[in-house]
Amino acid sequence: MHSRQVTEHPVLFILPALGLMLLVALYPLAATSWLSLRDEFPIFHISRFVGLSHYVTLWHDPRFWQSLTNTGYFAVVSVASEVLLGLGAALLLHQLFPARGLVRALVLMPWFIPTVVAARAWEWIYHPHIGVLNFLLLQSGLTTTEINWLGHPFLALHAAIIADVWKTMPFATLLLLAGLQTIPSDLYRAARVDGATGLQAFWHITLPWLIPVLSVTVVFRMLDALRVFDIVYVLTGGGPANTTETLSIYAYRLSFQTLEFGYGAALAVVTFVIILFASLLLQFLLRRVGTTT
Amino acid sequence: MERQVNPQWSQWIGYSIRMLLFVTGLGLVLSFCLLPVLWQLVTALKPTAELVTLPPLLPTVPTLDHFRSVFMDRPFARILFNSTGVALLTTLVCLVLGTPAAFALAKLRVPGQRLILLSILAVSMFPPIAIVGSLFLLIRLLHLRDTWWALILADATFALPLTIWVMTSFLRDIPDDLLRAARVDGCTTLQALLYVFLPVVAPGLTTAVLLTFVFTWNEFLFALTFTATDAARTVPVEIALFPGLHEVPWGEMAAAAMLVTVPLLILMLVAQRHIVAGLTAGAVKG
Repeated sequence: MHSRQVTEHPVLFILPALGLMLLVALYPLAATSWLSLRDEFPIFHISRFVGLSHYVTLWHDPRFWQSLTNTGYFAVVSVASEVLLGLGAALLLHQLFPARGLVRALVLMPWFIPTVVAARAWEWIYHPHIGVLNFLLLQSGLTTTEINWLGHPFLALHAAIIADVWKTMPFATLLLLAGLQTIPSDLYRAARVDGATGLQAFWHITLPWLIPVLSVTVVFRMLDALRVFDIVYVLTGGGPANTTETLSIYAYRLSFQTLEFGYGAALAVVTFVIILFASLLLQFLLRRVGTTT
Repeated sequence: MERQVNPQWSQWIGYSIRMLLFVTGLGLVLSFCLLPVLWQLVTALKPTAELVTLPPLLPTVPTLDHFRSVFMDRPFARILFNSTGVALLTTLVCLVLGTPAAFALAKLRVPGQRLILLSILAVSMFPPIAIVGSLFLLIRLLHLRDTWWALILADATFALPLTIWVMTSFLRDIPDDLLRAARVDGCTTLQALLYVFLPVVAPGLTTAVLLTFVFTWNEFLFALTFTATDAARTVPVEIALFPGLHEVPWGEMAAAAMLVTVPLLILMLVAQRHIVAGLTAGAVKG
């Protein structure tokens, strides 16, 4: 009986999973922190302790501040657009209409497409000479010259945002649609009896009811957007002149292109801490919004 | 009431305007979501000569040349094999490790249950960039560079939280009585999981498998970092690094993109309900 209790202990069911996460997530995180205090150039066989000097360098590194600004701007604009568009799409898809199931499946499509494929697809659309976007703009007379979407700092960052919104809006739509489906229809019936307009019903029933789901969506998407790598890396490579370089891309380039593993690790640690704080702050703010409405 | 001369008429106008707005909105959403994909399909079917000029928008004579050259001129079959193998094995690892963990968290008494679940979720929120450097050094140390196992290890770790989260939320919905009944019948806890709970929770299992598979199939950063040759390179990396001597081979790239997207789209159309259930698990319940 005793041995059976030992072999049946619930912790044994969790241990293998925790073990893997400990080995592949927590150990490397600790290792990264240690690495950030060292100079590591594997190809030159350099390996020495340098203390906090990488962090000091980082503080004075304009490219770090630029990548931080880029990341913050990308995340805020991208998540805001995604959630607003996703809300609109969810409200439309919540209506009754023929072939609704099929339409919902089709709208979900971009979310399924590998991010790299999405980035390449948009790169092709944005192509200055043979891209379909410039072709349509020129044909319709909206512009008279070819626009270099990915070659201009301001346009490139926004081009990346549009590609990201395209890729992730379906996810927001999906969550919000699921949220809409939990609203009891009695509420709307009661509102109509009381003479409320559609807009009033939206403000006083739909929106407050959706706030928990909206918060979850914003937090999920924000954490994802702050660590953005794939879509920007493949679309612009961080260019032109690092104007679309995000924290993850800069850290990746430091470690794997200039092979400054120590400095790259310092930036990785800072990125981790920034995202951690952003998520805590966001959850705190959203909880306050949730309790005041 | 007297001011409304013809209530039916004004109602009809209101209805038509709303209908028009609705159809326009739906049309815009659908075009935004679908057109970029359709454009890839068109590109994949265009002869090379028509890729460098616009118009024509549509290929005059659709061709399968790009699909052929993806397989003939490139090691694409091998790369598809890598992607499939890594995704399947990662999914298997996640299920074998994740299901018992989810079972314990949902149905057994585990000290610090909530804390464990939250820290597991926290791992999935990790920026992968924070560990990719030192994980690379670890993988080199273990001589796993450019092997499937490097990818399976890393992908499984980041997909496990998803598996555990989805399975926990599905298992919670099953009454505890089932476990008690299984024990009365002489099952060990593991037997109860394997023979009693798994069949009941099959929809949850399907969801977890699909989400893990899609996540791994699309994963880029680890695959980019830990692979070097065709031995383990996966499709996203191949497409990102698509080599062109003088210019990007857009037609072949579009063909490759279609080839990796189609299996996912079929999965999605067949199993949409399962996937939606998984993605919204937890998020909506609060």
